[in-house]
Order: sequence, then C-alpha cells, then structure tokens
Amino acid sequence: MRVKLLDLKPFSPEEGTEKIHRYHGLHPDDRYLKPGRIPHIWCQGCGLGIVLTAFIKAVDRTALPIDSCAVVSGIGCTGRVAGYLNMDTYHTTHGRAIPFATGLKLSKPSMQVVVFSGDGDLFAIGGNHLIHAARRNVDLTVICVNNFNYGMTGGQSGPTTPMASRTATTPYGNCEYPFNLPHLAYASGAVFVARWTAFHARYLIESIARCFVKKGFKFIEVISPCPTGFGRPNRVGTGLDEMKLYRDKSVIRNRINPVEATLDFGDGIVVGEFVDEEKPTFLEQYEKGVLSRFSEAEKET
Amino acid sequence: MRKKDREVLTGDHFLSGDEACAEGALAAGCRFFAGYPITPATEVAERMARRLPEVGGIYIQMEDEIASMAAILGASWGGVKAMTATSGPGFSLMMENIGLGMMTETPCVVINIMRGGPSTGLPTLVGQADVMQARWGSHGDYGVIALTPASAQEMFDLTVRAFNLSESYRVPVILLSDEVIGHMYEKVTIPGRDVIPRVDRKRPRCSPDEYYPFLADDDLVPAMACAGEGYRIHVTGLTHDERGYPVITAQAQEALVRRLCDKIRVHADEIVDVREVGTQDAEILVVAYGCAARSALEAVTAARREGIKAGLLRLLTVWPFPERRVRELAATVKAFVVPEINYGQVACEVERCACGKETLLAALMGGTLHTPEMILDAIHEVL
Repeated sequence: MRVKLLDLKPFSPEEGTEKIHRYHGLHPDDRYLKPGRIPHIWCQGCGLGIVLTAFIKAVDRTALPIDSCAVVSGIGCTGRVAGYLNMDTYHTTHGRAIPFATGLKLSKPSMQVVVFSGDGDLFAIGGNHLIHAARRNVDLTVICVNNFNYGMTGGQSGPTTPMASRTATTPYGNCEYPFNLPHLAYASGAVFVARWTAFHARYLIESIARCFVKKGFKFIEVISPCPTGFGRPNRVGTGLDEMKLYRDKSVIRNRINPVEATLDFGDGIVVGEFVDEEKPTFLEQYEKGVLSRFSEAEKET
Repeated sequence: MRKKDREVLTGDHFLSGDEACAEGALAAGCRFFAGYPITPATEVAERMARRLPEVGGIYIQMEDEIASMAAILGASWGGVKAMTATSGPGFSLMMENIGLGMMTETPCVVINIMRGGPSTGLPTLVGQADVMQARWGSHGDYGVIALTPASAQEMFDLTVRAFNLSESYRVPVILLSDEVIGHMYEKVTIPGRDVIPRVDRKRPRCSPDEYYPFLADDDLVPAMACAGEGYRIHVTGLTHDERGYPVITAQAQEALVRRLCDKIRVHADEIVDVREVGTQDAEILVVAYGCAARSALEAVTAARREGIKAGLLRLLTVWPFPERRVRELAATVKAFVVPEINYGQVACEVERCACGKETLLAALMGGTLHTPEMILDAIHEVL
C-alpha cells in the first residue's frame, strides 16, 4: 500500500540545547538535576520535592560518585523522580522498576542502584517483585513514597489507603485494610527498614545516606502529602496542613519490630529506623556458592 | 577446560533444540539469563543455569515472566547481552516489557517455544499460534524481528543471529520456535569461536556533552550508552525526544514511533532470510516455517515424484515478512499452500502478497504436526 506521512521537523540539537541550559545552574543542587527538566510536574504541596531533595543531599553528603549511581522508577508521580536526576536514570513500566533494577545491578555490580517509586507501583502492581527482591536480598535501595492513593491518575484508592478514607474510587469510604509497608518489607527479608514522613527531612537524608554504605535490600517508606489526591477528599487540608499533622502525630521509635510500626492519623504515626541487619546479598551468595566453583577450576588448569 | 573454551563448545553434539538454543546464546556472547520455568522452554533455562556460571555469567530465576523480561532489559542497559526463554502463557506476560524494550530500543533476545493455546492449552504439545502475537502482542506500533528455526542446528544458528540482529538494530528479537523443534534431538555442529559472527551494539563516540541518546544515525539506529559510562542518560517508556526526555506531543510521537517502525522496514531485505526448494519452476508453492516446514519438504518432494511442479519457500524470518519475495513468486505460481499449526496467521500474510493467486491454508489447531500426506493433499486440492 502507499503511505502518506506528515512532514517532520528535523531535530536541532543547537536550538534545544540553548533552551534547556537557559536556567540551568542557578541553584547549587542543579548539578544533580538534568538540564531543562525543571519545572517538575508535581502539584503544589506535594512531598515529592522534599524526598527528591533529601536524596540529592544524601548523595552530596556521602560524596557518592554520580556516574556510579543509577535510579530506576516505575510509573506514577514518584515514577517521575528518575527523569529529573542527572545520572543514569530509567523510567520503566508500572510496577516493574525492581526487576529492571535487579537486572541492572547484577550486570553492573559496581553501581549503586536505587529504586524510587510510589506505594501503588511497588506494593499493588509490583508487590510480587518487591517481596521476591527482598527475599533474594538483591543489593538495592528502595525508596517508596507513600501518599495513600494513586495521584497521577487522579486520586484513586490503593494498597495503603487507610480504612474509611475517601478517594475517587472509594466515594463512600475505603473498606479494605491497608498494608503496613515496613512490616511487609521486613517479613520478606529486607536488611534495612525505615519509615519517615516528608516532615522528617533530616532523618530521611541520614537514612538514605546509610543505605548507600550498606549492602542488601534496603527499604525506606516516606509518607508524603498529596493535597490534590488524598488531602482534599479527606479534608486534611493543604500540603502544609498535612505536614503539621505529621509533626503532631509522629512518634519516633527506632529499633522496634516493624509489626509495631502502626500508622494512624488519629492515634499516631510510628516512624524511625526499625531494622538494620547484616546478611549476604544475592550476588555474594551467587559468587560464593556458584561462580567460585568455576574460578577454582580455572586456577587448577 | 579454560574459560574461553567453555564459552563455545566447538564440535559435533547431539542436542535438543532447547539445548542448542542455549549454546547459541552463549556462543553469541549472552552472559545474563532471567527466566521462569515453563514447558516446553524449561530446558533452555536449565542449560543456561548449568552453563552460564561456567563462563562467569548470571543466571537468575525470577518470580514470573513479567520480572524476567524486565530483568533482561535492565541487564542489557548494564551493557551485557541478555536473554529469556518462555512459551505462550509466559510470552503473554512478557508483552508489557517487550513494549518497553521496543520503546527504549533495548537489545535482548526472547525465546518463545510455542505450544498449543489459548491459555494453558497444551503445555507439552506443539502449536504455532503465537506468530501474530509476536508481531502485534504489545500495544502500540513498532517494528519486529522474529526468527523461525526448523531444526536443532537452526536453533543454534538463529539464536546467534537473533543476538546479532538485536545488537545491530537495538531491538528485542524474538526467536519463535515450537515444541517439536525445542524438544527434538539432532546433530548440532558448533563452529569454532572465530567463525561465529558476533555483533556488538553501536557505542557513542562523542563526549557526554555532545551525546543525544536517541538521535539516530542514517541507519535509523542510535548509539547506545550503558549505565555507569558517564553519559547520564534518561531512558523512558514515555514518548521521548532525541535527548531521551519525555515529550508528550503528536510531533514527538510521529518522529519516534515512525523511526521505531522504519528501522526494521528499511532494513527488511537485510533481515529477511528464506530457503527455497524448487521455486524456479514451481506452480504450487508451499510456504512454511518451523516444524511444519519439515513435513512440507517431504510433501514437496513427494509431489515432484508425482510430476507436480511443487516448491517450498521456507521462512527463517516470519517478521519482517518476506513480502517482496512472495510477490515475486506470485507472478509465476498458480497457487500457494500454507501449512501451519493455527487457524491462519502466516497464511493471511501470504494471501496479502499473493496478488490474487489462490492461497490454501492447511490448518491444525495444535497438539500434533502435519503429516506430509496432509500437505500433499492440500497440494492436490489447488492443482
């Protein structure tokens, strides 16, 4: 068949380069951000900017070489984090950031691979991948930004939506029990488990920095305001009001069993570094138990 | 044995198609396998689990085929040649991330040992009904390469070729085999490592400042920078520009998707591979692939003995479909016969290119392969 196509405007590197560099470099943190990617897409009052900044500060504080760091995201508001960072970044399919990151880490063990994604991405559609990566103890840092709803699609309920909360798909109140994410991650085998809120930015930086020097499957939940998707239907107020709620309701309890890390906007939000254990990683086990057989055979011949 | 010698087992072997496939992958340079057990592709995984550690590679059994496909994409971006192997139900699950591989132009190889479907179907018995799924299975438009071996030897040869094509065009390449070929044991000759062609992906030759990760050269294929090489690229399944940045516009979509299709279309003649028997004077042309092509060869030989001018066009690539060659042959043949183990997939492509000549589909729904007599009957029917 004959095909009629539109005329295409050829790509002009010069034109684009000028545009994207116009405002880049005005802020000291810009060196960690890809030129031309700001302004971001997140709503006013969203906590994602705080979490992204905490990540940047942790990279800066630990002097992590940027070229040895890769960030993998799934889909959703948090999934967009990868695209803003000036490092090797991969924005994958919904729920599949962890298996993609597993392949990347195992093929490039020298890299620090961080998965940045949301509660729906990591615990609903991607839940199976998370528990298995934790079980294998793949050397990954997983930062889960929990805003209690699917923000990108307009505020639907998810696996962390509290009982009785209103969302776009629970107009009469949610009638499902939510996951306790730290408990699930720990039960699956994570060697480091923490929970903070966007209000606890300095603690969060510390925890992320700790993950950079620790091996194994590390999990941090960050509770984050979503005034557009979650705050409005539940009358929590603005992003700032939600931050005040976190300040008033949070209780820091380090080194507790994550089963006790309850999360209730009325009774209290338990935050802290709950778990910090040592366990050989998947790759260490593979090298010791499998690969070493053949490197020894090599030596003999 | 030295590691170098373990990589390519040069010599004659008695292998199943699945095992030959695994050896082909290793010979092509594959050093990462992620998979999930499924009949009749399990033997590929088992061979890889045994052989990859011998050459310092990684074998990982994932929690499902979705994860397997995601993991090989990640490994490919880590700079390693990667593969997975599955059958129909797993192939369905892989569609999502095959789409990601197409969109992000990630070289890798997906083995599908076809069994009878739909759904769980016939786990242990043959089918050929995933041909259109291989072409159109993931949503959206993209160009596809799918190879169809018809012997254990071709399982080795075409797996090597699948890796080379995937590296050349930066695309997931599908090896579409079937249960008969996968489970059949035959003599397989593995050539010396120096004569096995190995292609590696095009690498950027400029500095990170000058590098545009999705700006293609004249061959419509961009150079690929992998993780940790200092290029700091963004790779996304969203529609993106030459920089890799998401751009949600019709203009960006037009440029990107058209190139994803065109990079296969314009190279179709280099990719397409067929074998011909008796086509120069054929009046009845049998078009077949995979296990059906073996019965077809026998049927064509029998027809010739009867004095019928029959020929065989055997497809080693179903995608891109060898339309130019089929159109050429349509000018001289009287009718086409297409034996396949489905209710009409390649037959539709043949009919599309048959220029009005009769096309007879000799269909089986799966569970068994064609006997030569069935195909011979079809040849008699169109005489």
